[in-house]
Amino acid sequence: MPNDFTLSCPPPFTPRKTVVLGHGSGGKLSAQLIREIFLPAFDNPWLRKLDDQAVISIDGGRIAFTTDAFVVTPLFFPGGDIGELAVNGTVNDLAMSGARPVCLSAAFILEEGFPLEDLARVTQSMARAAAAAGVAIATGDTKVVNKGSADRMFVTTAGIGVVPEGVEISASNARPGDRVLLSGTIGDHGMAVMSRREGLEFDGAILSDTAPLDRLVEAMLAAGEIHALRDPTRGGLGTSLCEMAAASKVGVEIDARLIPVREEVRAACELLGLDPLFVANEGKLVSFVRAEDAGAVLAAMRQRPEGREAAIIGEAVAAHPGMVLMKTEIGGTRVVDLPFGEQLPRIC
Amino acid sequence: MKYLDEYRDAGLAGKLAEQIRRTATRPAALMEICGGQTHSIVKYGLDELLPREVELVHGPGCPVCVTPLEMLDRAHAIARRPEVIFCSFGDMLRVPGSRGDLFQIKAEGGDVRVVYSPLDCLKLARAHPDRQVVFFAVGFETTAPANAMAVWQARAQGLANFSVLVSHVLVPPAITGILESPNNRVQAFLGPGHVCAVMGWREYEPLAARYRVPVVITGFEPVDLLEGILMAVRQLAQGRAEVENQYARAVTREGNPEAQRRMFQVFETCDRAWRGIGVIPESGYRLRPEFQEFDAGRRFEVESIRPEEPEACISGLVLQGVKKPHDCPAFAKECTPQTPLGATMVSAEGACAAYYNYGRHLVRHAE
Repeated sequence: MPNDFTLSCPPPFTPRKTVVLGHGSGGKLSAQLIREIFLPAFDNPWLRKLDDQAVISIDGGRIAFTTDAFVVTPLFFPGGDIGELAVNGTVNDLAMSGARPVCLSAAFILEEGFPLEDLARVTQSMARAAAAAGVAIATGDTKVVNKGSADRMFVTTAGIGVVPEGVEISASNARPGDRVLLSGTIGDHGMAVMSRREGLEFDGAILSDTAPLDRLVEAMLAAGEIHALRDPTRGGLGTSLCEMAAASKVGVEIDARLIPVREEVRAACELLGLDPLFVANEGKLVSFVRAEDAGAVLAAMRQRPEGREAAIIGEAVAAHPGMVLMKTEIGGTRVVDLPFGEQLPRIC
Repeated sequence: MKYLDEYRDAGLAGKLAEQIRRTATRPAALMEICGGQTHSIVKYGLDELLPREVELVHGPGCPVCVTPLEMLDRAHAIARRPEVIFCSFGDMLRVPGSRGDLFQIKAEGGDVRVVYSPLDCLKLARAHPDRQVVFFAVGFETTAPANAMAVWQARAQGLANFSVLVSHVLVPPAITGILESPNNRVQAFLGPGHVCAVMGWREYEPLAARYRVPVVITGFEPVDLLEGILMAVRQLAQGRAEVENQYARAVTREGNPEAQRRMFQVFETCDRAWRGIGVIPESGYRLRPEFQEFDAGRRFEVESIRPEEPEACISGLVLQGVKKPHDCPAFAKECTPQTPLGATMVSAEGACAAYYNYGRHLVRHAE
């Protein structure tokens, strides 16, 4: 070992010239794509809000409008499938503005050779999910591509909903003092898909939490003043909280001990070296609620099956705007930051 | 979760912290060797529980951080080949070589896959007899037995399309290097729990005796780390310098003889370059001559790739515990996990990345 250390270090990172998987992770790379490519090209007041939906005023009424693409592998996973996900995902993006979803579109990109039986199965599942959420799939499109040009099937759904009068919900509306409410356990969907992908078996199967949240939101709105809502899908709860803290310019302080995580999910995350805070959910929401109303809203959430395990996990503060801090299990504090790209399992 | 929750217990952690406060009456700099330990310390905010007298210094035990640039460039050259399925542990994918990282190579059409075990590569090799399956065998003594087993089984199964690019590093020579350094200020070590689960702690006894430095083999959960710190601080207070074992549920003095036997059948020690530190004698493993047919470096003729590293950051000093991440003027400014200037910012286990991800609020307070 040399005694006078010659310091060495890798050359500075060159900006990427091509799309990498991390660009679709919901983390910092995704944010960079939006900031550097999409926003400058499409710039308008609706998009600039960076909400999961645009709320558009038409003839005195307000319409929520959103779209989402679904590319999950495997197509069928414990607790759901790509069809159910495609309906619930768009219903939930609408619901996160407080809107009552009305109807959806569905577009299918199918790979040559894809079994019609599987297509029928996905379609029936979409129909069931739409009926459960009380929305119609009112229009659609189909394209078929050469074998190898897509992975079996991709689904895109778009949706519109009506925003009730007086409801003003946006990721940028959280205020210091607001309580942070989470509707239930985190990480179920991501770990259901991942454990199937990695061929892991656990004592209790982990099921996806895919579910429509529009009725839960309706119940919350009736119980109190909701400032911000988000469904922490890709990127997980950690990502949603960081985005909301940044958009609202508030600090967020949460307590790890108050965040419900299912035992099997925690175990799977430990095994795979992942942090449940950044694992996807498909039937959960996190919301910033006026402090005085937090108790009533929590009670209303717990009345509904999709909010039975709801909890108050922290609050918004005026200090450290844009930064999320978490009290750890042993009483220390850490920063919760947007992940860079995909979560990577560590070596040891 | 059984066997985990009891080691993340706030009450127990508080009691241990109180005992540390009572024991640590003089300033003490302790180095935790493993990146995994650094990760836990910052993730759980452990350092906030410690008295001012106890300073934790982060060690060189992040395999991703210390893998030299030349091995990365060789790995990337192999991964770019169309006939190759290049397999790696997850966090190696983002480590930049001279020209981008494995993610970039994947985006450009390279077949790069994350595996959890090198034995998964053997399955891939059997399933794709027309392809070359290469595993990037990095890590400390912890990952060496499984990597050795993969090579051993490949030979037993006559898998001609499997090979490994070996960049293994060893802990005791690195500790010697740190203790020999004129800059050294480490007074006690939290020894590497998982390395010792394989190797035992016998080889740390001469180090503790020769340099009069306590070594406490320590686990990775918050309560493990606090207990390890307490044991180290107690040794310092009592003027002892011994090897003690906090991680008794996983580690014995002899380690795992079966794993060691397999490792030494396949690997032999060699000099190894550590990124940010330099060449440390006898600090790595390479394949023994009888297994050289499985050496990907030879098979793909990449051994002539020897890039020069430009000087830029202080990762070498961070890896040796001389500097803290936020001592670097580039920390959280030019250098972030998104734009890492140094290896310690790349891996989740790297001290700089751990500080960036979990401990940035402390840096702000310090300013």
